[in-house]
Formats: sequence, C-alpha cells, structure tokens
Amino acid sequence: MNRIALAIALGGALLCWTIAAPAMTEGPPLYQARVDLKNKASLQRGLRLFTNYCLSCHSAAYSRYSRVARDLGLTEDEVANNLMFATDKIGNTMTVAMRRADAEAWFGTPPPDLSVIARARGADWLYTYLLTFYEDPSRPTGVNNLVFKDTAMPHVLWELQGYQKPVYVTEKDAEGREVQRIGKLEPSTPGLLDATQYQNAVRDLVNFLVYMGEPAKMMRLEMGPWVILFLVVFWLVARQLKKEYWKDVR
Amino acid sequence: MNGVSAACCRAWDGLIGWIDARFPLLKLWNEHLARYYAPKNFNFRYYFGSLAMLVLALQILTGIWLTMNYKPDADLAFGSVEYIMRDVDWGWLIRYMHSTGASAFFIVIYLHMFRGLMYGSYKKPRELLWIIGMLIYLTLMGEAFFGYLLPWGQMSYWGAKVIVSLYGAIPVIGPDLAQWIRGDYGISDVTLNRFFAFHVIAMPLILCGLVVVHIMALHEVGSNNPDGIEIKKKKDANGVPLDGIPFHPYYTVKDIVGVAVFLILFAGVIFFAPEMGGYFLEDNNFIPADPFKTPPHIAPVWYFTPFYSILRAVPNPFGGVVAMGCAVVLFFFLPWLDQSPVKSIRYRGLSSRIALAVFTLSFLILGYLGTQPPNPVTANLARIFSVIYFLYFLLMPVYTRVEKTLPEPERVHYP
Repeated sequence: MNRIALAIALGGALLCWTIAAPAMTEGPPLYQARVDLKNKASLQRGLRLFTNYCLSCHSAAYSRYSRVARDLGLTEDEVANNLMFATDKIGNTMTVAMRRADAEAWFGTPPPDLSVIARARGADWLYTYLLTFYEDPSRPTGVNNLVFKDTAMPHVLWELQGYQKPVYVTEKDAEGREVQRIGKLEPSTPGLLDATQYQNAVRDLVNFLVYMGEPAKMMRLEMGPWVILFLVVFWLVARQLKKEYWKDVR
Repeated sequence: MNGVSAACCRAWDGLIGWIDARFPLLKLWNEHLARYYAPKNFNFRYYFGSLAMLVLALQILTGIWLTMNYKPDADLAFGSVEYIMRDVDWGWLIRYMHSTGASAFFIVIYLHMFRGLMYGSYKKPRELLWIIGMLIYLTLMGEAFFGYLLPWGQMSYWGAKVIVSLYGAIPVIGPDLAQWIRGDYGISDVTLNRFFAFHVIAMPLILCGLVVVHIMALHEVGSNNPDGIEIKKKKDANGVPLDGIPFHPYYTVKDIVGVAVFLILFAGVIFFAPEMGGYFLEDNNFIPADPFKTPPHIAPVWYFTPFYSILRAVPNPFGGVVAMGCAVVLFFFLPWLDQSPVKSIRYRGLSSRIALAVFTLSFLILGYLGTQPPNPVTANLARIFSVIYFLYFLLMPVYTRVEKTLPEPERVHYP
C-alpha cells in the first residue's frame, strides 16, 4: 500500500518536473543548430570565422590559442600565422584591444566575453540569433534581431549573409485588435554566400562557440563510459562480496 | 614462512597494544564498528546515511583542491572558476564533482530524512538524534547558500541578493541585519570574501562536528529499522540483540554495494549531464555577476525551491519569511507531534500513509513551482500545496492518535 502511494507521489512529481523544462523558455521558436563537436573541420572553420569576425569586439578571455590549436588538431604555427591578430604569444588568452569604456560609448553596452556564451545562451539560441538579423532603420545599427530585440550588435556577418527584410503579417490579439507581427524574413541584399552556405557557416561558428564554452566536454564524453564500466565491475564484485558475508545471517 | 607471519602478527598485536595503552583504539573500533549491533533487516533506504558521509568527504576533498585555484575576489572569481575548468589539470572533473556533489548531498539527505519519516526514526528514544540531524540539515543549507555565491555568476549574485534581502523583511532590525550579513550596502566583494570564509571554514567545521555527534547519538540509542521495533528488547545470554548483527563486517560490505550504485549514478551526471538540464548548474550562472542587469527570472537552486515556493505563497513579505522559517522548524517538533503508538509506516493506519504520501507529493510540487516564474495559476497552486505541507505537521497529533494501527511483531522481519 505505502509502496503504491509512494510510487504515485514520486511519479506525479517527476512528471511535473519533466514537463517543466520546455515551459521555462520564452520568445520565438529557435532553429536547431545541430552542432557536432566531433567534426574537427567544422570546428576549424568556426575558429576562422570567430577570429575574423567576432574577435575584434568580443574577447574570449578564458580561452587560450594554444589549447584551441591542440583541441582542434591544428599546429601552433598554423594558428599563430593565420588566426592570431591581437597577440604574438600562442599561450595567451583571446583578448581584444578594444577598451571597455570605448565599447560602452560606441555600442551602449560593452560586447560580452564569449568564452562561455554557448553555456549561457545555448547553441540553438546563438544559431537563431546569427540567422535572424533584419533591416530596421529605426535602430542605430540599421538592423534588429528576432530573438534578441533591439540588440546593440550590428549585423557583423552581413558580408556573408547579405541583408534580410521583414515581411509583416496582420493578426488579431487576444482583445481583438489588429497587430502587426513579423511573419518571415526574406533576402533584400544578397551576400557572398547563399542561404544554405550561410546556415552551414553559422553552424560551424556556433559549433566552435559550444566547444569553447567547455573545452573538456569532448574528453568527459569519451571518458564517461569507461568510468561507468569500471564502476559497474566494482559493483558486481562488491555485490558478490556482500553475498558471501551475508550467507551466515539468518 | 610461518615463523615470519607469526612474527608479523606479534609485531602487529604489539603495536595495537602499545596504542591501546595510550588511546582507546580497540574500544572505539568495537563500540562503533565491530560490536555495534545493527538490526539485520535494513533495506536500501538505509544506504543514505553512509552515502551522506561519502558525499561530505567528497565535497571536502574536491573543495580543498578547488580552493587551491579559486580566487574569492569579485573581479577574479568568475574567471578563476573558468581557469579551473580549462587550465587546471583535471580541474573540470574536480569542479563538476563538487557542483554535482552539492545537489547529490541534498538528494541523499532528503532521502535519508524521508526514510526517517517512513519508519518513525525520530520517535523516542531517538528525539535528540533527529534534532541533531535537523541541525546538520540547517548547516548544510547554509553551506550550500554560501557556496553558491562563489562562482560569482548572475544567479549567484541575484540569488544571494534575494535571499539576504529576506532578512530585511524582519521588522525593526531587518535592514540592519541584512546589511550586517552582507558587510556592505549591496552584495559585493566584501560579501563574497566573508561567504568564502563561511563556506570553506565555518560551515564545514560545524558540519563535521555535528556529524560526529549525530553518529555518537545513533550508536548510543541504536539504529531503528523498517519494522520500527527496538532490537535491544530481545538479547541473548551475552547481551547481544538477537536481531542485531555487527556493523562491521556486515554493513560495511553492504554499504560498499550502495556506494557503487551511487557512484554509477553520480558519474553518469558528471560525465554526461553536469548541468542536469539547468537544475544543477544554471545557464544564467555562466554570465558573470552584473549588479546593473537583473535577470528576468530569479530562482534559487532546486534544493531550496520548496521553501522558496512557500515564501512566495504568502503575499506579505515578512509573513512569507515566517512561513518559510516555520516550514523548516516544524521538522524539529516531529518527535512530539507524532502520537502514534507504533513507529514504522508498516504498522500504521491508512491516514498516516496517506498523509506521508500527500506531504511528499506537495514537497515535490512546491519544489517544481519554485523553479517557475510566478503567475496567478502557480501562485494559487503554491498556496494550496503550502497549506497541505503545514497540515501534515499540524494535524499529525490528531491523525496519528485516532487511526487504527496494526500490532507490531516481536522480532524483525528477515529476509
């Protein structure tokens, strides 16, 4: 009886907690980034995009060039000669020359450090963010964003994506008033890449940001099964030992 | 060869004898392990006490190693944690063990307490044992709260701000008290430094001391068991309880099995889901603390959320603080609120069983509601379940007295 009651209590509560997870996200639906940390080529392309487009305003002050080179299968020379613009020491972290006070004056808010941004925002959010800049003449930068309204960041990747303009649809809100909502974004000025190429490029960049958020992730995922296998063997041995001792308990 | 081993034996006995003449080594060993007779009918729910000690040891060890690289400075704290995660050899493993260990500690303790509720382990003669246990729980809450500020992320900062401001709701002395706790007008470098001191020195010392006292009290009165009867009532000619078995080796080897299962689950989280979907490590805490940017939704870590829900359920801030305090303090009075003639749920009536099930359910639902942004629906739900939570305690003298209990057995059920 008490077991049934307990099972119902625990089951009900666990159900609530599980349903809870998606309910915590707000805002428009996100595209799926589908990043793959095992894809070294994608990570390397992501690193190139990161150093070329992000790493002049945004720092990644907890990430070291040497560590990135090692983890991504690049030589230190390759990174030093092609991707290091702000320092000449491979052991340095990815800092930027822009001063915080200047950044605040120019953008209104200093661009955040991106070392752990993927852990704070999530891959899907970053992917959607970088895909959904659209033209908005009312903004100082000329662009706005679907998932981060009134973002202070300009559309840095415009050269690759080109520009998009919003297509509004008219809807009725809960009180029956007509409101305008952005239905979709469509290209207005073409960029160097077509839509699919751009999505892949952004996926590479987000993949790199996810890697940088937790460089040890690949290692822990590789080690995990072995640790658990060891513990399972330990458990089997411990269980036999216990059975042996407990034989004489009656 | 035999001569050598005999010589070794003699040397060993000699050494033990030498120590024993100066320190009660054998006495301690016998009283707490080899001749501490525990009931033979423990089930899996009796693993959580030893597991709690294991987690405490893990937290202390990983904590020492984290301290070697952590910097309790508002400008450096966040970065030093990332330094541990990236540049310190195995730092990520030590940090995840510690962050997962914090949640594991509460899971284990909540299950340990739930076991006590099921089998009436707080009832006479174990009232003091229960109270010491509750003091451990309070200390653990403090330890977790102080520790959560240290990564200096957004949730660390704003969580601490909200919780310290609760003290500000106390009439007359509140604002001064909150400022005294912070050591500053807001949460600042000063606060971080003192919370670090509390987290790595004060609380662990109190915690370890209380754990020793808890075990001494346990070994004085003896362990309860799933049947809730006293095994000391039936002893053999040598004064050994008939249903008791020496803790060592029987329960030491058994607890190792529990440790193995626990470590499998623990490693599963550490290696495959250290954030545990944002419940163990919150997304927002990967953004450095910023006093000028209030996060849209502030919630404490999951192990505090049942009490946070109760706090929010009361419209008046001071009333909320009082309700939250009472929700914890009521546990202390369980030994006297419970008027049942039997200890174990096995021999209690239907009303005790339903009460425990409904209480457990409300505790978990309140926990869930506390993680959610407040809205009118969840606020009303929180109120309903808060009332149920309190009724479990307040009606206990009634429903434990009027219900019909089953007769307790003379001897424990085994197997």
